[in-house]
Amino acid sequence: MFTDAPNFDVRDYLRLEMMPHFLCPGCGHGIALRALLWALHDLAIDKDKLAIVSGIGCAGRLSAYIDANTFHTTHGRPLAFATGLALARPDLHVVVISGDGDCLAIGGNHLIHACRRNLKLTCLMLNNEIYGMTGGQVSPTTAETRLTTTTPLGNNEPSFDACALASAAGAGFVGREVTRHVPKLKELMKAGLEHPGFAFIEVLTDCTEVYGRKNELGSSPEMIMRQKSDMRPSAYRNTVDTPFHPTSLPTGILMQNDRPEYGAAYRRAAALAAAKGAKK
Amino acid sequence: MNVVDKARVKPAAKLLSGNNACALGAVAAGCRFFAGYPITPSSEIAERLVTLLPQAGGVFIQMEDEISAMAAVVGASMGGAKAMTATSGPGFSLKQENIGYAAGAEIPCVIVNVMRGGPSTGMPTRPSQADVMQTRFGSHGDYPMIVLAPASVREIYSETIRAFDLAETCRTPVILLYDQVIAQSSETVALEPPTTPRAERKWATGPREEFKPFAVGPDGIPAMAKPGAGYRVHTTGLTHSETGFPSQDPETVNRNLGRLFSKLERHREQIDSWEAVQCDDADVVIVAIGISSRAARRAVEICRASGVRAGLFRPITLWPFPEAPLCAATKNARAVLVPELSIGQLRLEVERLLGRDKVEGLHQFSGEPITPAQIAARATALASEA
Repeated sequence: MFTDAPNFDVRDYLRLEMMPHFLCPGCGHGIALRALLWALHDLAIDKDKLAIVSGIGCAGRLSAYIDANTFHTTHGRPLAFATGLALARPDLHVVVISGDGDCLAIGGNHLIHACRRNLKLTCLMLNNEIYGMTGGQVSPTTAETRLTTTTPLGNNEPSFDACALASAAGAGFVGREVTRHVPKLKELMKAGLEHPGFAFIEVLTDCTEVYGRKNELGSSPEMIMRQKSDMRPSAYRNTVDTPFHPTSLPTGILMQNDRPEYGAAYRRAAALAAAKGAKK
Repeated sequence: MNVVDKARVKPAAKLLSGNNACALGAVAAGCRFFAGYPITPSSEIAERLVTLLPQAGGVFIQMEDEISAMAAVVGASMGGAKAMTATSGPGFSLKQENIGYAAGAEIPCVIVNVMRGGPSTGMPTRPSQADVMQTRFGSHGDYPMIVLAPASVREIYSETIRAFDLAETCRTPVILLYDQVIAQSSETVALEPPTTPRAERKWATGPREEFKPFAVGPDGIPAMAKPGAGYRVHTTGLTHSETGFPSQDPETVNRNLGRLFSKLERHREQIDSWEAVQCDDADVVIVAIGISSRAARRAVEICRASGVRAGLFRPITLWPFPEAPLCAATKNARAVLVPELSIGQLRLEVERLLGRDKVEGLHQFSGEPITPAQIAARATALASEA
């Protein structure tokens, strides 16, 4: 038994009837899931008051494994569903689980506006640089030159720095961590969960089956060990000076501010309007 | 005192547009969440609700696009709020994805589609009735849909209320469909607040261990677990079993998808609504909705004044289509005329029920409403041919 968390038993937060899970051997999503459940445990967040909203893809499937109020929504839209849920039910703790394709490609518009709006939500983007569920197509975070089923000659599109994007769009909290450092990842998630506004957390995780294998990145342990050293393809040949890959990216809390939270601000204004309406 | 309470005290006659009546009807029905995106000719609904909802303790939000507006409505309803969005053609196309989700996951909500000319951006300020089939079949896959088609300002108010009631009773999305003319024309109406109690959602009760989110009683409607009530269930757009978790077991899929349709069939008495005017002795029955039905009503008067026996059949619930009432209303008619602002969508449904020989369309998609004179002339010709 893992001894880094003596009081935490992951089974208390999982729907054990859903096991075995469907993630591939070596997939990093399980590590991210455990870190989230650990963070929720540390913060003593009531499972009955916890809503997990996920999109489509490998990351989207995680909601079904969590013993909470879980909503598996449509591709790219979990932030939009969560916006409605959180506004209608400010008593709930709403956490969004999304992937790089879900959050940055089909859901990119919702991400930037969720950042700008700063409604209290915690958004975890599990970035494995690939569309895993559909068999390994290029995603907005696939590093340049990588081989995928839709980039057989090597990816020639620059990738997104999701945290820079979220910061620029005005998120109240932005952070990044790798699945290699589970306690650090858990601490980052705790900080995000406690932030009063919109928190965006990018988790760098590995897809061994349809990404690592095709790019000869080694076994799952090897991929994890390289998260902080060298994820760069050997035949690296792009012309962009600061390409996306973990070694070039900072981790930890990258941005935190005290911009007004949207929901509370709305409720204050609504109460004023209601009082004004009653006087008439 | 808010506007709705004022109306309760003294229902005075007011000059009101259809879109404003829709907003008032929504609040009277218990709507407490609206998410939308600006689009002509439906924006007045949002512009009215932005004031009404906070006064009623509700939430209004303008989202970043049509897709997210629909998603936010479904999300709010999953949280327990009666929720609505409003849009028009191009926005309605974008909303189809999450309308399908609401149908599959059985999330109550109301979607208003104010029809304007299409395809694509089309004619934003001109009326159309060319979304008749899209309201029924707009999202992918097999699912049923309730669509209500009011034809006046007063009826928009009452049908908006009925839309929320049916959404909650049948745990399903309901579409309110009307055209730009009805939406933006003003009529003097004294809106009577509903005297009957509103339908409320069937919430899960009893111990968590025994609760299955999609197990159903005799009415075919599963009780919904309110987040926070301790049930901690899973909701998904994947086909699912009674447990709520994904399933592709053929028998389970058949049972649950089949129930989506049968639950509406079991509530047809509440769902069905239509108006038949002078159909009993009519040689020609005119079948129309929305602004075309307003013209048809006048056309019936014109015809009758000149001795032509014409009648009007008006589906108020458009989908599921009132099949039996249409057949009954047209059984003595020698011809059936379908005037509509499209190339022929309502006509297809009428033909399906009555056969092609008896049915003729009067189609106009120029962005101009069909006039009573046009309909009366065609009905008169049909009466003499038949």
